[in-house]
Amino acid sequence: MTASAEYSPDIRGTRGWAEWLDRHCGPIMVLPAVLVILAFAVFPLIISAYLALSRFALAPGGFTLKFIGLTNFRKLLTGSQQYHLLGNFGALGAMQWLLILITAALLLYLLSRYFRSGRVSIVGALGRLLSAGVTMGLVLTAIATTAMGGVPGTIVNTLLYVVIGVATQFALGLGLALLCGRPIRGRNFFRVLFFIPLMVTPVGIAYTFRMLADMQKGPFAPLVQAIGIQEWSWATEAWSARLMVLVGDTWQWTPFMFIVLLAAVENQPRDQVEAATLDGANGFQIFRDITWPAIAPVAATIVLIRLIEAFKIIDLPNVLTGGGPGLATESMTLHSFIAWRTQDLGGSAAVGYLLLFISTVVCVSFFNFVVQPARRHET
Amino acid sequence: MSASKRTLGQRLFEPSAIDRQSPAAFVITYALLFLWALVVLVPLYWVLITSFKGAGEVDNGPFYIPFVDFQPSLAAWDFMLLQNYTLGPYLNSVIVAVCSTILALLIGALAAYALVRIRFNVRLAAVATFILLLVAVIVAVAGLGVTWPVASIVAIALFVIALFTFVSRTQAAVGNSDIEFWIISNRIMPPIVAVLPIYVMFQQLRLLDTQVALIATYTAVNLPIVVWLTRDFFAAIPKDLEESAEIDGASKLRVFATIALPLVRSGLVATFLLVLILAWNEYLLALFLSNANAQTMPVLVSAQNTTRGPQWWNMSVLIVVMIAPVVVIASVLQKHIARGLLVGAVKG
Repeated sequence: MTASAEYSPDIRGTRGWAEWLDRHCGPIMVLPAVLVILAFAVFPLIISAYLALSRFALAPGGFTLKFIGLTNFRKLLTGSQQYHLLGNFGALGAMQWLLILITAALLLYLLSRYFRSGRVSIVGALGRLLSAGVTMGLVLTAIATTAMGGVPGTIVNTLLYVVIGVATQFALGLGLALLCGRPIRGRNFFRVLFFIPLMVTPVGIAYTFRMLADMQKGPFAPLVQAIGIQEWSWATEAWSARLMVLVGDTWQWTPFMFIVLLAAVENQPRDQVEAATLDGANGFQIFRDITWPAIAPVAATIVLIRLIEAFKIIDLPNVLTGGGPGLATESMTLHSFIAWRTQDLGGSAAVGYLLLFISTVVCVSFFNFVVQPARRHET
Repeated sequence: MSASKRTLGQRLFEPSAIDRQSPAAFVITYALLFLWALVVLVPLYWVLITSFKGAGEVDNGPFYIPFVDFQPSLAAWDFMLLQNYTLGPYLNSVIVAVCSTILALLIGALAAYALVRIRFNVRLAAVATFILLLVAVIVAVAGLGVTWPVASIVAIALFVIALFTFVSRTQAAVGNSDIEFWIISNRIMPPIVAVLPIYVMFQQLRLLDTQVALIATYTAVNLPIVVWLTRDFFAAIPKDLEESAEIDGASKLRVFATIALPLVRSGLVATFLLVLILAWNEYLLALFLSNANAQTMPVLVSAQNTTRGPQWWNMSVLIVVMIAPVVVIASVLQKHIARGLLVGAVKG
């Protein structure tokens, strides 16, 4: 091929500007994205960090910001707001101690496996210690506040929505995808239908489920009254209120898991499945040895996407229960929002930062220790 | 094995051929699928029929079937769409969602393409200096009372000096994957952390409660997703086509617009739809950044909880008009979504 890029001089003269643009197109193409993120993420984060370290007060003609160091965080973690963020700790029974010991043993085992692997680096070691520390802290908080006499705070509520919610959605989405991946009639109908809840605004879902769960006027009211429940309302008890939030969240997000997993299931090697069927493998064996390895990288990635989004939950609890009864359904974002509404701007920013910290550690750990190995395993 | 020799149990539980199912599996599959279809449909159905009810039909206990046990009326529709100013928020939502999605797609796809095809080498020292100066400017302006034009000019001058002195002597650099990771990781940031400064920023620019503020913010929060998904679409297309076009003298931007973009159409449609849904349903940022003027539908819906208690029929109308267009669009484009998301999820 002789079509080398030789410009004639006159073209180069008229095209000076275009050529300059072409030569610098890399930075120019990335610059808008970088500027947008600098303006709407980096810059606000720095301001928020400043806010989290100060006390905000309205003053005549404006407001004052007073630098108070880590006081906001201390108040949340050990001080007067501890009940709100962490919750009240209950008395640990044998069951709780057992769970704590199991978690600690598991984390120690994973850490020791890493340190004996011979591929230890400073960043890797520090990262793993941080992950393990945060996990242990979160598990301790969750166990201690759900024990007898304890009251979970907003951290535990958020974790509940994240862990239980995402796990349920994944299980349901995978089940539906496997069902829909079978050779049946009407697949496209189910596929379109199952996708719909994803598009409903969470605020709308909250109101819809409030309507559905109305014990006097909802569609299930006659059923509920037939069992003999008259005066009870799910909104007045902590666990039933949390369950409602989880139900609404699951209704919305199962379709997301379903749609991506279905595409992955349909992409699995068909010839292998047929060969296995001929050899007399049963459904479970096919799933374990062919389907699961084929979809594992996709599965890990969409769970990560959901984890990232699940930490931000606010609309559903805010509209469904207003965070109540008490603090029972309040997520960390809602906590931060409520603090903002009561003009505790420092406290609001501090809660936001703690959420940022927890979700970053959890999501990055999940990426490093689950998503990456799943992908490596495939290739 | 001929069919006549099979026992009843075998006939129930063993498929008669490959790609077929045993009758029992067939029944169970359909039963489960219809069960979930009910789970999906019952809430939607209830919202739809409630929108045709009035206070009487809702308060006097549950009625299930229009024309049979209650007489549907268009009163709530009339009230919400004609007598109330629902159209304003609706238009706001449409404009904000569509504009921000297009912008995010444009900016994000450009960046993703460049990050996939062009090698970057930004010196770590330059990045560190930039961040340090940014922090210094903010502390100087917020804490020490320096006016911000002075602070930023000093900072830019210092940055340029730094670039020409010690930065050029350092070796450590951030590459493409680091930049990508940085952009994508911004999605982890909960909006609640950033929303207050963004609020103040728009207040200073006198853009609070305008569509511009919402469009800009939504573009920013959805940008990481666009980069995350589109980078894999671009990485998946073969380089040859683009290279031959470049040899023929086309610029990178031209190659991007005329060759690369059309090739990833399916993925772009999926990304567009996903981001559109996210922007259309967004609640928290709209709650902070909009008031009467730029109010969007999710905020309007949540505001229906009046002192007289929620008026279910009116609210249902709002929910139905909010769901309807996205359901139609998504059902039409549904095939693209699955395919598009799959590529993103496999390689992401």
